[in-house]
Amino acid sequence: MTALLLRDLKLSVRAGGGALIGVLFFMTVVAVIPFGVGPDLNLLSRIGPAIVWIGALLSALLGLDRMFQTDREDGSLDLILMQEHPLALTVLVKCLAHWLGNGLPLVIASPLLGLFMNMSEAAIGATMLTLLVGTPALTFIGAVGAAVAVALPRGGLLVSILVLPLAIPVLIFGVSASYAAVEDPAPFMPPFLILVAITMFFAVIGPIGAALALRNTAD
Amino acid sequence: MRLTAENLSARRGEDLIFKDVSFCLEGGQSLVLTGKNGSGKSTLLRTVAGLLRPDGGRVIWEQEGAEAGMRAAEACHYLGHRNAMKAELTVSENLSFWRDFLGDFNGNAGIGIGEAAEAVGLGGITHLPFGYLSAGQQRRMAFAKLLVAWRPVWILDEPTAALDVSAESVFTALIKQHLASGGIVLAATHQPLGLENAQELRMTGFAGAMEDMW
Repeated sequence: MTALLLRDLKLSVRAGGGALIGVLFFMTVVAVIPFGVGPDLNLLSRIGPAIVWIGALLSALLGLDRMFQTDREDGSLDLILMQEHPLALTVLVKCLAHWLGNGLPLVIASPLLGLFMNMSEAAIGATMLTLLVGTPALTFIGAVGAAVAVALPRGGLLVSILVLPLAIPVLIFGVSASYAAVEDPAPFMPPFLILVAITMFFAVIGPIGAALALRNTAD
Repeated sequence: MRLTAENLSARRGEDLIFKDVSFCLEGGQSLVLTGKNGSGKSTLLRTVAGLLRPDGGRVIWEQEGAEAGMRAAEACHYLGHRNAMKAELTVSENLSFWRDFLGDFNGNAGIGIGEAAEAVGLGGITHLPFGYLSAGQQRRMAFAKLLVAWRPVWILDEPTAALDVSAESVFTALIKQHLASGGIVLAATHQPLGLENAQELRMTGFAGAMEDMW
């Protein structure tokens, strides 16, 4: 299992891996917002956490379809399916590797993008923390979509559409927790704890669902 | 050690590909599938490997010391048309991944990576990315994967496609060695592999033709 984690991490940073592409897309999305919205610093800092979260969500969706498809294309998926390891566990490890390769770089890049949006230190810190907790949920939800669409050519857009409705709660609670950290009356903990709960819920449901979908992909 | 298939039948979509295929292989025996393109050789091999759900029948693996009801697929190596190796990683990274991920089977470990590369006649180039190798070299390295982790059953789908004559003889020697050590081989092939005492199963293929019976 460690071998699988290491292999997938290596693949995500080697040529053709998704790690850098996701971060670049994230930066592109967030960096054009100030040009579009105009130099109103108050407005930028007000919409900042939401924009950073939306950018992270879109970049997370971007790399999802490759999670199982590359393995299917070169035949590795067949061998992975044949082993005695529980498939849900294998999928969980693949999700972890995918998040380390694609999700964590987004979290690390987010403070820089927070500066673009004229966000305060507290807002930047809160957004980074909520992204750290929330992006694994996006990966686990995405694993189900990626597993369902694994046999479809050009299933990338389909994965995004399948996954988006389930990812909306993550976005809502991530953004509201980020806002709560800077706006006084709203408490920070309730939305943040719900975000944690969503991540843990999908950490269980996601790999099981994805494993079921992979088993039933007969070809 | 025994691999048994009982009355297997499989469909692709609506079409019945084969029906009531049975065989029984003990340690040291081999089965060669022949037949024209589209006759269902690959489908049968994928069904035995547990990658396709059979329409009827079942595949059973029996072995002393093995837990009852174990999936037959766990005792198998599957070498399909695709090599299951990553072009971005080096050959040794690929092989060591499969060695660690597949693990050993019933206490039988595979051989070392360098040794396996020697065995397929490509020692000394394991530091190259897999994508740099030629199609034939890639196929040989994919075959080396069968050696780094030990499995009693080898399921080979057109193992000698894209290979030159010397590689074919290397493969034949390795298959014979595997049989001699008590393994089981199922292979679909157009070229004769030169195996003695191999059972032969001729797939006729009747895509759609059997529909009247149902």
